Amino acid sequence: MPLFSGSYEGASFFELLTHDFPHLLPFQHLGQVPQLATGELRLSAAVPFATTVLALRCADGVVMAGDRQATEGFEISSRRIEKVYKADDYSLIAMAGAAGPCLEMIKLFQVEMEHYHKIEGETLALDGKANKLAQMVKQNLPAAFSGLVVIPIFAGYDLHRQQGRIFKYDVTGGRYEELQFYATGSGGKEARSTLKKFFKAELPREAALALALEALVDAADVDVGTSGPDLIRGIYPVVKIVTRAGVTDVAEDEIRPLSERLIAALQG
Amino acid sequence: MAVPFYVSPDQIMQDKAEYARKGIAKGRSIVAMEYNDGLLLMAENPSASLNKISEIYDRIAFAGVGKYSEFENLRKAGIRYADLKGYAYSRQDVTTKSLANAYSETMGTVFTRDPKPLEVEILVVEVGETSAQNEMYHVSFDGTITDHRQFAVIGGQADRIRGYLQEHYRTNLPLADAFALSRRSLLAGYERPPSEESALEVGLLERKRIGRKFYRMTQAGAAQAMTAANNGS
Repeated sequence: MPLFSGSYEGASFFELLTHDFPHLLPFQHLGQVPQLATGELRLSAAVPFATTVLALRCADGVVMAGDRQATEGFEISSRRIEKVYKADDYSLIAMAGAAGPCLEMIKLFQVEMEHYHKIEGETLALDGKANKLAQMVKQNLPAAFSGLVVIPIFAGYDLHRQQGRIFKYDVTGGRYEELQFYATGSGGKEARSTLKKFFKAELPREAALALALEALVDAADVDVGTSGPDLIRGIYPVVKIVTRAGVTDVAEDEIRPLSERLIAALQG
Repeated sequence: MAVPFYVSPDQIMQDKAEYARKGIAKGRSIVAMEYNDGLLLMAENPSASLNKISEIYDRIAFAGVGKYSEFENLRKAGIRYADLKGYAYSRQDVTTKSLANAYSETMGTVFTRDPKPLEVEILVVEVGETSAQNEMYHVSFDGTITDHRQFAVIGGQADRIRGYLQEHYRTNLPLADAFALSRRSLLAGYERPPSEESALEVGLLERKRIGRKFYRMTQAGAAQAMTAANNGS
């Protein structure tokens, strides 16, 4: 049939690719490189890596933020990469790890949810979305062994429970809910300690934004893979918020003054 | 060995076409209409969950009449086609023209090859950046494809509705007027006006929307618009 040549009949785009068009899946090709299986070749030093991303709950929902640097071995491969994306109308996704597979997985995840919505006429529940993402991460496990680790943070506004929720993942596809905050990537540990110290329940939007930025600045301060706000080039972290009203991008005009204040504080 | 009787291809095609038309004639019509900010699709549909109108892609919508299971399969195949293409290339590369052509080929192949033709007619429509760039394709049960401007009608009462619209349609209608006109045209499809109006299913492709342009009017919203149109006329 010219219209559609596959035989899959369900509502999942990910399953559709797996079933009928495996060549379009991320990571499928990796099995064909024998040097990877033996560990002779490690890709982790040869491809760009996306570094620190974080999410924290606030009074209205969840704030998600990421720095802008991609690192390739000892080089900066990009100063402007974006790691935080709108997944659908009520959820956000951010990724740390091998940049190429990260971006591909985010794209696949976005299409997955849109596809499900169009075929079924309903949106997935937040738990359903989080589970689907876990399956995708799990599929990446062979690639993770060759150094192409992909670790997402997923957050959304749960319309049934009327609250923001955060999910973290491990390389095996393990899915865990975090009740307050989470950060991952090369500067994740540093960002987490800042978040841990200053996190309060029901933070208002302003304070949550400031805390997210502060955690990124602290991560950049210690981790070589993470960039802080770049005042010279005018490059600032990407921050998005999801609330009952949906996903909104935090404008650069709002991030710039907050970043400047944090950098000024570093000068002592 | 028994030799099958010879039946001329002419006769076979005619029989199939008649069979398909009979099936389609049972379905209520659907109207698609250009208005100043986009495209409006309207169907009489008592069911709130079994839809006849649906989103395919960012700017593209689908409507089908006839056998539900058949046009539902076509709808899903269209979504798979569009999402795959958009994923493999880019969102701008999903065009209505190629989708409508793919529908046409598929339905044409089924018509000639399968013993039972599809008992459906479909509309594939796209809202353009400007009204001049809007596209509306009508694909018939045998794969015949035609393109339309201003309005397009499918289903059993299409001829009568088309006649009504040819007389009453004006370009650049605001949404409320397009809504009222579509509804009147659907009523004009009846030989005798029905005692009670059926619930309406309404889908809109709104040019001003960011990202995905398709929007489904809720049944309550459609009923409200209907009351407003009644009070206005």
